[in-house]
Amino acid sequence: MANFKLRINGKEHQVDVDDDTPLLWVLRDHLGLVGTKYSCGIAQCGACMVHLNDEAVYACTLPVSSVGSDKITTIEGLSEEGDHPVQKAWADVDVAQCGYCQTGQIMTASAFLKKNPNPSLEEIENVMNRNLCRCGTYHKIREAVAMAAKLK
Amino acid sequence: MANLTKTNRRDFLKIAGTTAGGLFIGFNWASCDSPKVQVLTDQEVLSQVHDFNAYLSISPTGDIVIYSPNPELGQNIITSFPMIVAEELDADWSKVRVFQAALDNEKYDRQLTGGSGAMPHSWERLRKAGATARHLLLAAAAEKLQVPVSELTTEKGEIFHNGKKKFSYGEMVADASKLTAPEEVSLKDPKDFKIIGTPVKNVKGKEIYTGQSLFGLDFYREGMVNAMITRPPFGMKIKSVDDSAARSVAGVSDVIVFKNKVAVVGDSTWPLIKAKNKLRIEYEPDGTVESSFDHDRIFKELLDSKDARVMRKDGDVETAFKNAAQVITSEYQCPFLSHSPMEPQNFFAHVKGDKVELVGPTQTPDRARMETARLLDIPQENITVELTRLGGGFGRRLAADFVVEAAELSKMLDKPVKVTWSREDDMTGGAYRPAVRYRFQAALDEQGKMIGYKLRGVGINAGNSTRENNFPSGSVDNLLIENVEHKSPITTNAWRAPITNFLAYAEQSFLDEVALAGKQDPVKLRMELLDRAKNNPVGEIHYDIDRMRGVIQTAADKSNWGKNKDVMQGFSVYFSHRSYVAQVADIEMENGQPVLKKITAATDCGTVVHPTGANQQIRGGIVDGMGHAMFTNMTFENGLPKQKNFDTYRLIRMKEVPEIDVHYVDSGFAPTGLGEPALPPTGGAIANAIFAATGRRIRTQPFIEQKEFSEIKLQIKRT
Repeated sequence: MANFKLRINGKEHQVDVDDDTPLLWVLRDHLGLVGTKYSCGIAQCGACMVHLNDEAVYACTLPVSSVGSDKITTIEGLSEEGDHPVQKAWADVDVAQCGYCQTGQIMTASAFLKKNPNPSLEEIENVMNRNLCRCGTYHKIREAVAMAAKLK
Repeated sequence: MANLTKTNRRDFLKIAGTTAGGLFIGFNWASCDSPKVQVLTDQEVLSQVHDFNAYLSISPTGDIVIYSPNPELGQNIITSFPMIVAEELDADWSKVRVFQAALDNEKYDRQLTGGSGAMPHSWERLRKAGATARHLLLAAAAEKLQVPVSELTTEKGEIFHNGKKKFSYGEMVADASKLTAPEEVSLKDPKDFKIIGTPVKNVKGKEIYTGQSLFGLDFYREGMVNAMITRPPFGMKIKSVDDSAARSVAGVSDVIVFKNKVAVVGDSTWPLIKAKNKLRIEYEPDGTVESSFDHDRIFKELLDSKDARVMRKDGDVETAFKNAAQVITSEYQCPFLSHSPMEPQNFFAHVKGDKVELVGPTQTPDRARMETARLLDIPQENITVELTRLGGGFGRRLAADFVVEAAELSKMLDKPVKVTWSREDDMTGGAYRPAVRYRFQAALDEQGKMIGYKLRGVGINAGNSTRENNFPSGSVDNLLIENVEHKSPITTNAWRAPITNFLAYAEQSFLDEVALAGKQDPVKLRMELLDRAKNNPVGEIHYDIDRMRGVIQTAADKSNWGKNKDVMQGFSVYFSHRSYVAQVADIEMENGQPVLKKITAATDCGTVVHPTGANQQIRGGIVDGMGHAMFTNMTFENGLPKQKNFDTYRLIRMKEVPEIDVHYVDSGFAPTGLGEPALPPTGGAIANAIFAATGRRIRTQPFIEQKEFSEIKLQIKRT
């Protein structure tokens, strides 16, 4: 066990966990930030996406010991009021079916749009192809990312 | 550690009790046709929290609370059910708040999610609940104003007399609650609907998009322990367990061997995942142990077995086939599939003496309670089941294995416990879509007319792998439908659109073969068969011929069937779970290669209550049907699935989805269900389009593993 200081959503947190603990389980089990989802655990589905210094990363395979002083943003910290343009677009398009994958989808989309504010539909599809949705909301995800790009 | 337990119901009722000024009116809206009325004081509201949850309630402030009884797994019933109540109530939708109800057999019936049945079951009940409440509010207002009810109108939670606003609903609640509810109420003319048929936003959207604690895996209770369980391969039992390495992982408090399973217990998830990987478990056969190649052999044997069960027999099949000018025979096969909801299985259980608290994602809370009661020998009334949101279900959560395991562990540990399945546990832990093989045979006369039809289904733990009364039964003079089942240690379960998820593909592909052999247009063939079923029905007909014709015609019209020679099309139509869906897949050639561009769907599901939700069920069903037909395979080796996670178990992704064009046929029927019916026709439409474009007939799923498919190099693009 080791002590880690983490910068998450603008706040300092300390956790005492094994150094191979994936950030996903630190967030969910130790800090109560359950918006970041567990689904595959092997960086295949994207349900666990968080931002590490504005880059979308799979929290399920990111050991807490590798985070250091890097800035972590989870869905809970994406906006104060749930009104980030991507969240607004998701609500406008009414994307969700079961909703389980959607926070990961939103984190992938928001990191992408920060780097590429005017994407083509093809670029949207390329980046969102990382995230699985078992309900098949892909049409709406694509529509919402395109809408968020315009909202910015 | 933060306390993540959600007790929305209690929190809300405190607020409601304070703002309410003392009275609530409750309408029992789900369990009976003549809603009961209750008046609850502040204290009663607070003291009867658990009794309160079956009710539609209106507070004196005009706030409306509706408890949604059915498990929510993405079908968005939590939005569409309240829409129906609010419609007949003439409520202001912005003042409606919706909560998930816990299991309550006395107040609700059919409190489950499965069989696309919630909407057809509840449609009229929900309308009556809203209409009865409105009737009482109007009666109270008429009394107060000393005018006839007929002179009053309502709009958005307000009551008008001669066009002038007189009262809000909240102001009438106290008086209305003293009246007796009528046995019969009149319902709105559908043309006056203001909420039904509009794209109302998901009532839980904000919580979903901000990552609130909603799902079973998010549930936390102070003092609970976490557990993960290793389950044996199918047909195997534990020979020995060496848990020394697992026990040495920091954070693991216990390792328990029970019923051929090994549970690791601790205070958080990661140490359990590590410990699980360090368990050394040796298994030995416990009866038959099967691999996929065994199933291929078993299918071949059963297709020729003399012990088939006759499911339906019309006319004289032997003579028809003897006299046929042409006989065509084809076989179709599908693999097992895992349900793989994005949220792996999990459940919370707390056994406290002879009482049990269960919390989690289940499609059948009632079964969860019954099976827990049976296992622990505890009366059902001592067991509560609270529903979280379900991160998908697809039929897997109809079972209760994951619930009773948690209850059993809680009893052994004498602690509240949450059992989490890893993705690998979820994929290897059973209850799959059964693997099935079909043999179809058609006898055609000189003119190409189908005079005989035979279908034999053989399935592994599939039950009846046919749907003997579905189309084309009733339209063919001589018909034989048989079933043979092989019992296997591999557990199976309903998987979205059970049986029809593959039967429709096989049957609709075979009908395409019949059309080709008879030199007929595939749409015309189906229409002619339906004409025969209408004019000269053979035996019982269990489908609505006109509704099926309606979707076929609409799909043909909207897809410009056969009108553009540069577009190669495949047709498919299926009736399942009370609704009708026809689909056309379009393939165009680009640089000599086939490109799947579009699927057009025509659906008759009766009244469309919630267009957003309906559209999602249709598109989602098509994506689901397409993905699994094309990409997904589950194979077994010595009782263990070879595919254990999404790296090898391939699910469809965004770039593999074509355009989907959704149309409805308004047949004037009440809603007939939509969670499943859009899935079955999809694979057949695509396979038939592939044949039209390339001359290759794909008879085995998944397509991607078939030689004839890999040779054509199909691309998928949205236009």
